[in-house]
Amino acid sequence: MSRMPLVDYLVLDDEPHLVAAECTACGARYFDRRSACAHCGGVEFGSADVPTEGVLTTFTIVQFAAAGVEVPFVAGVVDCGGTSVRGNVVNTPPDPEHVTLGMRVRLTTVPVGTDSAGIEAVGYGFEPV
Amino acid sequence: MAENVWILGIDMTRFGRHKDKDTLDLGSEAALGALRDAGVGIGDIGVLAAGNLIGGNGFGQLLQKQIGQTGIPVYNVANACATGATALRVVVMAIKSGEVDTGLAVGVEKLSGAGLLTGNARKEEGGHWVRDGRYGAVAPLDGRVGTEIMPGVFAQIGMEYGYKYGGVDFELFARISEKNHAHSTLNPKAAYQKRFTLDEIMNDVMIAYPNTRPMCSANCDGAAAAVLVSETKLRTLSLEQQRRAVKISASVLTSDPWTEGCQVLPDINTLTRRAATTAYEQAGIGPADLDLVELHDCFATAELVHYDNLGLCEPGGAADFFRSGATWRDGSTPVNVSGGLQSKGHPVSATGIANVWEVATHLRGEAGPRQIEGARVGLAHVIGLGSACGVHVLERAAA
Repeated sequence: MSRMPLVDYLVLDDEPHLVAAECTACGARYFDRRSACAHCGGVEFGSADVPTEGVLTTFTIVQFAAAGVEVPFVAGVVDCGGTSVRGNVVNTPPDPEHVTLGMRVRLTTVPVGTDSAGIEAVGYGFEPV
Repeated sequence: MAENVWILGIDMTRFGRHKDKDTLDLGSEAALGALRDAGVGIGDIGVLAAGNLIGGNGFGQLLQKQIGQTGIPVYNVANACATGATALRVVVMAIKSGEVDTGLAVGVEKLSGAGLLTGNARKEEGGHWVRDGRYGAVAPLDGRVGTEIMPGVFAQIGMEYGYKYGGVDFELFARISEKNHAHSTLNPKAAYQKRFTLDEIMNDVMIAYPNTRPMCSANCDGAAAAVLVSETKLRTLSLEQQRRAVKISASVLTSDPWTEGCQVLPDINTLTRRAATTAYEQAGIGPADLDLVELHDCFATAELVHYDNLGLCEPGGAADFFRSGATWRDGSTPVNVSGGLQSKGHPVSATGIANVWEVATHLRGEAGPRQIEGARVGLAHVIGLGSACGVHVLERAAA
């Protein structure tokens, strides 16, 4: 394997996409490892593919961050067919003229880096459609 | 029916940089001030609830070692920025339960020069990627998958309101900050007492759009403390003590119930709405009855959403409500006449008691040049991200 995802919920196949843990009882979706459902208390989860296109429901342009974090960047939330996803808006200038509330975006992959074994870590972001 | 609880004494230190005072100096100053204001001694206190996030463990006991080791139970509490309100709430519960008739709540923080809260410096990378944590992340996510810095998180919370309801832009948020900084010029306890023009605010250093530096709460040092008593106890005290006492007509603490997306971006709205609704029920009042409100403007973008969450305006109408001038000190619902967290400062654990001090001081008619004339009822609100929401409704003693 020469590539690995930045996070477990990113699937790097021919069509990269995100996969959520979905509570089989109530349908609540999560991206982290679960102990139980915070909505209904259910303990069984299936996996659900999250649509790769969505609408930017909020964002901020971070100009001042912790040491080592490159700025500026756009952080936001994307409504992907009813599932909220956290991610950066990429491949567009990080300013309020190019990034707007309600804009349509789609998932894309973003290189993170390569480790000493030559394995490339790959993250994700959302770019304007 | 549980007893009513009253504020008998309350005090806060000046907020700002206290170079020569440590956490215990500040905590002692506020606690002793509250006892003096109440006209009681440490020996009268039956329970102590103490909040301090940065200074280490066991702050309550360390404070006792300065102001009085009387053997009473101490609850060291932590609830992020709602820590002070939580301390207050613990004492309210203890008195309502009937176990004690008098208690002390203290919150203190030394934060001058702390810089950005959360958002940890990124470590050197290299070696082998190793999956870590509940996301199986091979590298830090701050900056790669959204932002963890508070100005950025709360910027998104304000912008989300704009997405839902429209009518929101950078200038609107900056104008909220303009109001609070203007208010602060009348508050000698505020860390910053400088009026800024709208241009100055909008052209200052951008931290996380749309929050520029003056639109962010100021890290500073400070402490606040309150002595609470049961109504039965209050009736045994002097007429002067009874006259200055302030009734806690509602004391509510909530956490965030699950909503879609709440683990992606914190939902600070639902728990605030619930706290406010419960508080109005407890107090038997509505938002229209409020003479002043101190709400948690940790960022200008947060103040806007809380107009709506606290029911001060029609649902979705926060932008119009603000533009009407309602929340300026001469408006129909003055909000943050202390200057708010943006100028008064935000020494985290002190904030939830300092907000109550501000409201109580107006209800007592002791707020000096910034007095809201004839104030009878006020509300103090805080949010600790994670989340916890404290709402207290206060009423002036009947004349």
